[in-house]
Amino acid sequence: MADDKTQSAKTMDVRYVANLARLNLTDGEVEQFQSQLDNIVGHFNQLRALDVDGVEPMAHATLIQNVFREDQVRPGLNRDEVLKNAPEHSTDLIMVPTIVE
Amino acid sequence: MLNTLTIHEILGKLERHECRSEEVVRSVLDAIRREDPRLHGYLTVDEADALARAREADAARDKGGKGKLLGIPLAVKDVLNVKGQPCTCGSKILKGYVAPYDATAIARLRAEGAVFLGRTNMDEFAMGSSTENSAYGITRNPWKSDCVPGGSSGGSAAVVAADEAIAALGSDTGGSVRQPASFCGCVGLKPTYGWISRYGLTAYASSLDQIGPLTKDVRDAALLLQIMAGLDPSDSSTVPVPVPDYSAALKPDLKGMVLGLPREYFVGGLHPDVERRVEEAIAVCRKLGAETVEVSLPHTRDAIATYYIIAPAEASANLSRFDGVRYGFRAAGAEDPIDLYKKTRAEGFGPEVKRRIILGTYVLSSGYYDAFYLRAQKVRTLIRRDFESAFQKCNAILSPVAPTPAYRIGEKSADPMQMYLGDIFTVPVNLAGICGMSVPCGFSSDNLPIGLQVVGPALGEEAILRVGFAYEQATDWRRHRPRGES
Amino acid sequence: MSAYRVTIGLEVHVQLKTKSKMFCSCSTDFGAPPNTHVCPVCLGYPGSLPVMNREAIRLTVTSGLMLGCRINPFSKFDRKNYFYPDMPKNYQISQYDKPLCLGGGVDIEVDGKPRRIGITRIHQEEDVAKNLHYASWSGIDYNRAGVPLMEIVSEPDMETPGEAFAYLLALRQILVYAGVSDCNLEEGNMRCDVNISIRPEGQKELGTKAEIKNMNTFKGVFAALEYEIARQTGVVRDGGKIIQETRRWDADLGQTFSMRTKEDAHDYRYFPEPDLMPVALPESLLAQWKATLPELPAQRRERFVREYGIPEYDAKVLAAEKAVGDYYETAAKLSSNPKAVSNWVMTDVLRTLTGKAIPITEFSIPPEALAELVGLAESKAVNSNTARDVFAIMLADGGRAKDIVAARGLAQVSDSAAIEKIVDQAIAENAKSAEDYRKGKAAALKFLVGQVMRLSKGKANPAMVGEMMERKLSN
Repeated sequence: MADDKTQSAKTMDVRYVANLARLNLTDGEVEQFQSQLDNIVGHFNQLRALDVDGVEPMAHATLIQNVFREDQVRPGLNRDEVLKNAPEHSTDLIMVPTIVE
Repeated sequence: MLNTLTIHEILGKLERHECRSEEVVRSVLDAIRREDPRLHGYLTVDEADALARAREADAARDKGGKGKLLGIPLAVKDVLNVKGQPCTCGSKILKGYVAPYDATAIARLRAEGAVFLGRTNMDEFAMGSSTENSAYGITRNPWKSDCVPGGSSGGSAAVVAADEAIAALGSDTGGSVRQPASFCGCVGLKPTYGWISRYGLTAYASSLDQIGPLTKDVRDAALLLQIMAGLDPSDSSTVPVPVPDYSAALKPDLKGMVLGLPREYFVGGLHPDVERRVEEAIAVCRKLGAETVEVSLPHTRDAIATYYIIAPAEASANLSRFDGVRYGFRAAGAEDPIDLYKKTRAEGFGPEVKRRIILGTYVLSSGYYDAFYLRAQKVRTLIRRDFESAFQKCNAILSPVAPTPAYRIGEKSADPMQMYLGDIFTVPVNLAGICGMSVPCGFSSDNLPIGLQVVGPALGEEAILRVGFAYEQATDWRRHRPRGES
Repeated sequence: MSAYRVTIGLEVHVQLKTKSKMFCSCSTDFGAPPNTHVCPVCLGYPGSLPVMNREAIRLTVTSGLMLGCRINPFSKFDRKNYFYPDMPKNYQISQYDKPLCLGGGVDIEVDGKPRRIGITRIHQEEDVAKNLHYASWSGIDYNRAGVPLMEIVSEPDMETPGEAFAYLLALRQILVYAGVSDCNLEEGNMRCDVNISIRPEGQKELGTKAEIKNMNTFKGVFAALEYEIARQTGVVRDGGKIIQETRRWDADLGQTFSMRTKEDAHDYRYFPEPDLMPVALPESLLAQWKATLPELPAQRRERFVREYGIPEYDAKVLAAEKAVGDYYETAAKLSSNPKAVSNWVMTDVLRTLTGKAIPITEFSIPPEALAELVGLAESKAVNSNTARDVFAIMLADGGRAKDIVAARGLAQVSDSAAIEKIVDQAIAENAKSAEDYRKGKAAALKFLVGQVMRLSKGKANPAMVGEMMERKLSN
């Protein structure tokens, strides 16, 4: 998280980022998104002018802490309901193409 | 006609036995049949189920049943889980998904006897400001059918404005309840972050999302808020504070209130009709006894950049679960699971969703996190501090909701940035985690609605309801109805 | 021997012994039919939200306290983003920069050398689902998804496979003592990722490390480390470079293999989990948990020596496994001779367990019954041989020692007159042996005592027999 690539890489490597997000893009999409996203990211650069020294990042909108629940078992979903929503399933498992480890 | 009434008007009639819930639902269904082929505010309507539930409500009322919404039909933005109903979020990737559980907000409304009549159109996964990003077609503005209804809760706003619904639910992450309310001429409320449970609301940006009512008047919004708000053990971000009696906030005047006017919001760039109507509304508020004072929100100009870093970042993670494995759409012909994800998401997501996922992934990725995401979260603190300072000087802030009235379909869809800039007055409210409401305040010279935004501090819904109600009662914008094509 | 120094670090994932999952109320019970302990949260359904299990936090903090860690006054959760079929949300809720526990360590002893292996951190996260592989497809069972996991990251302090093995044993012992997990490797309660690198002797900078993931036996860890040290040494000696990669251990072939390199190295894009609030445990709560901390193995060893007067060696054996120590203690408390109880547990009981390959929790003689038997032996109501016979009968048929002795008339005969009769009889029947003894053959005494035992059907008090026999033969 420490190093800053924004100086060295001027435009987004759209294909690389889309791959991180497990998204196939057509060549047309890559081209269209490239200019749109570079434009948007360019707009982000105005934030660099701000002095944020010593400012805490706002990860949560509220200051609540220590929200817990008790360790109790409650009924969940029926297996039939779960399998019904699955695009492909066996009698008791959700199916996917073979995983190669 | 029953479909043109508000919730509280219908409750009155029901209690006085002047009508039955079944008649109310029929009246709404008739309106849908008349208007929706043109407007396309609804994605699905389950007529048989709605009528059956209405009959149940009538029977319950006959036996002395006391639900606060007994027999009242509500439209639901297709982003909220309602058990047994589809929940497409305006996306192909959730086609076929049937919700196996009720969102907490839905369960609370259901417990008061509400009937969930249909699911409304929206920008895909709530990403958009015009409902043009739906995978299931656009929704038209009831006032002018070649104009957008706003977004992302455009369907909900349109059906309320067109009396195709008594009231509706939407969700607001950067203005998605308030802006369509403004464009369609109804009331739209975004509660304080953590006030209404997000359990069952398909997440877009977890630290910004809130469910909000879209209604014909402020009293209805207060009622729905009353029922939905409050601590939920299923949502760790909900606030452990008792819910006050919001009906007590509905007073006819604004004596003793101080209203802030942000200097940065009125410096040009506003459509002249928007500027005019909002100035006139401010004058009405003064007449009602409020004092106005100038306040400053210096980081206003940084809000769009901040929002469009944080929201896509959170969304990129929230939407990772849509992979074709457990529910919804699954692409054919995949050789292994990773291939399955890439194909499913390529085919299942629309372009705006893809753009925001890529943007969000980028700002979180190694080498960019500090410069973008971390920095944006710090600016967010500055934006929140701006509001905290402002609220030292006033009880509520007045502003436009959007810089323009509703624009033409297709007008802003070529350049995403152009559309984003329209969110300038709404996103700061989400970033700061405070509350805001849009109330109709007139029309443009084209007869398109314009909304006044009333912004309050965290858990300051009483203040904004008071301002909205008093203003609304001193005007008669809510009595105007769209007349179809003009 | 080697010109290379080895650096080993271990990341141990432990499933916590809670009733419900980390972020939802589904059961954590092992072995249920697939996809029956699931809900919108652990399935990653749209709109679902996590809520923290307080007990899981308590168990992680307890582990940290027992391992000498400091508890972070401000701790938070983060999303770790990556796509895989066993990930319902395609991000895992974990902890990145502010884990629950920091520092700490485990004391080990290898070849008599004591060492302290440091712990870097302990954090909380959720387990993933289970992938099952078939010929033309894979299936996913989400029962395990969301089970609370504790990840214990060691400092890279270990230098030999033996140290790694000892660390794992000691860590497991403490965690079982803490009551936070059953640490049952067969059930997958405890898994280990191994990081190992080598560097030339004298070089300060660590070498490139290889990672072996998801090891689920300690012996496997030992063997894999031995293999890796040899492999890496071989590569480096041949002038090659070690690649930073994930490898998998094949127990059948006894080798590690490079796993298919994934397309992108791990950019997990960690960011703070917006759906969960930070954890800042109040001092009062920590004090409460500290006050009720279970005993550490070292504390129990020391207490056994002090309270029961048994030697250190005994205490070490008895405290090695918590359940054995529990058994011993229950019996010892009921006995007037804790040392005798210790002997019985260490020999007869443990030997039986090994022979039957069962844990002490499945041992059929309850500790109260053992205490009673030991009491009979110590009071000389039965002699030691008879006591062992009774033990065997209790094992085979159940029942209490007193009842068995009474029913079968096994009580030791300690009546002088009765014994004298049999001693005389033995001498009479074995005159030659008696003569041999008088002539100086000491072994003949043993034989004659044996004859008395036989004649008395084992019931005579052997000490008395020996003493009386000796007296009579010496006259």
